[in-house]
Amino acid sequence: MLTIENLRTPLVGPISLTLEAGSCTAISGPSGAGKSLFLRAVADLDENSADISLEGANRDRFSAPAWRANVAYVPAESGWWGDRVEDHFQNILGQETRLAALGLTGAADWQVSRLSSGERQRLALLRALEHTPRVLLLDEPTAALDPDSVGRVEDLLKLEMNEGRAVLIVTHDPGQPQRLGGRRFTMAAGKLSPASTDQMVR
Amino acid sequence: MSGTYHVLSYWDLVFASVFLLLNAVLSLALDLGLTRTLIISAIRMCVQLILVGLVLKAIFFSGSLLWTLVAAAVMSAFAGREIHARQNRRLKGVWGPGLGAGTMLLSAALVSAYALAALVRPVPVWEPQYALPLFGMVLGSTMTGVSLGLDTLHTALANGKPGVEAQLLLGRTRWQATRPFARQALRAGFTPIINSMAATGVVSMPGMMTGQILSGVDPQNAVKYQLLIMFLLGGATGLGVLGATFGSLWRLTDARHRLRLDRLGGGHS
Repeated sequence: MLTIENLRTPLVGPISLTLEAGSCTAISGPSGAGKSLFLRAVADLDENSADISLEGANRDRFSAPAWRANVAYVPAESGWWGDRVEDHFQNILGQETRLAALGLTGAADWQVSRLSSGERQRLALLRALEHTPRVLLLDEPTAALDPDSVGRVEDLLKLEMNEGRAVLIVTHDPGQPQRLGGRRFTMAAGKLSPASTDQMVR
Repeated sequence: MSGTYHVLSYWDLVFASVFLLLNAVLSLALDLGLTRTLIISAIRMCVQLILVGLVLKAIFFSGSLLWTLVAAAVMSAFAGREIHARQNRRLKGVWGPGLGAGTMLLSAALVSAYALAALVRPVPVWEPQYALPLFGMVLGSTMTGVSLGLDTLHTALANGKPGVEAQLLLGRTRWQATRPFARQALRAGFTPIINSMAATGVVSMPGMMTGQILSGVDPQNAVKYQLLIMFLLGGATGLGVLGATFGSLWRLTDARHRLRLDRLGGGHS
């Protein structure tokens, strides 16, 4: 579905990677290895050179806003620009099922300044899903969550994958790739490589 | 004109300064530490104004287009430098001094030329006695607006990066994502001219109108001149602030709708 060839930025690459529809791909690696920079480059948020196509259509043929609506990047630290949660959604009323699934019923009226970091993380994921992206690029989406919430987010992601979305996830949780049925890669010094089998056992 | 103009002597000025000197003495007595700056800025003002008086007299006397343009260029250079100095964070490269000074000069020159050629119509049209004070007032107002607008925009963008990028990531364009900051910058740039339009005549008597009345002009005619000037100031300031704000937003984003804060210099608090 998403084909990345020879992606380069001054600090990352070259990286080539293919994401299939409905699949999960997990990347782990030490801080500063370039995982977030890689995701930013795929979303075209930083300058980069790459041959990237979504379902056969090259990224150059998309306007940048259209590309980002289809290939949604959710950073580890989410940004907020309005006062209330609903200001950040097109129509939060249409999201009630997903809000309930993540334990956020009634969040529409909440003040952004009073959200916990875990609430921010889950709401940032939901506002990206509102645009029905084909690909999800998630940067540590469950880092600030309690085990119960981690399970809820993973269940939601499995549902989204069943609908054909491809998920690329950066995670430090060693069990998460397996729970999501994902391939594992490690990143070091801006280069991506398949995780070795003994890492998989551990 | 009724011909009641009272010419001031230099002794008049000396006596006029007694209250300022009194302030300096009080500051010394109360140990406020203001004496030095007060005296220095007063002396600086005297030197600047006396020199300007001499230069203006010479230019008016010569009536030459070249010297009028030279004077306008010097004024623009000082104003451009002031815009640059008043920004906490500036665009990198030639854009730093260039954008603010360029938009200010363009709008001030356009509006002044229009006013001289179409409204005031002195003969010749560059008659320095009209052109220089008019251009100076338009330039000063535009300078204040542009520097406030750019300073507000750059500070807001540097602090608001996560919010702007979050909107870009949801598929918004660079113009949609920066709209609150554009509004904030435009409001900051427009505020002084809006305030002075609201307060003019009620709270403060505009300097130019006061001057004309003191020199014996009928107040109604002085008011007309003041209104003309206020319209020109408002127009030029608005054009300058709009141009500078959107020029800077264009520079701080790119065609792929990325926020390019790497093109903005660091600030100091």
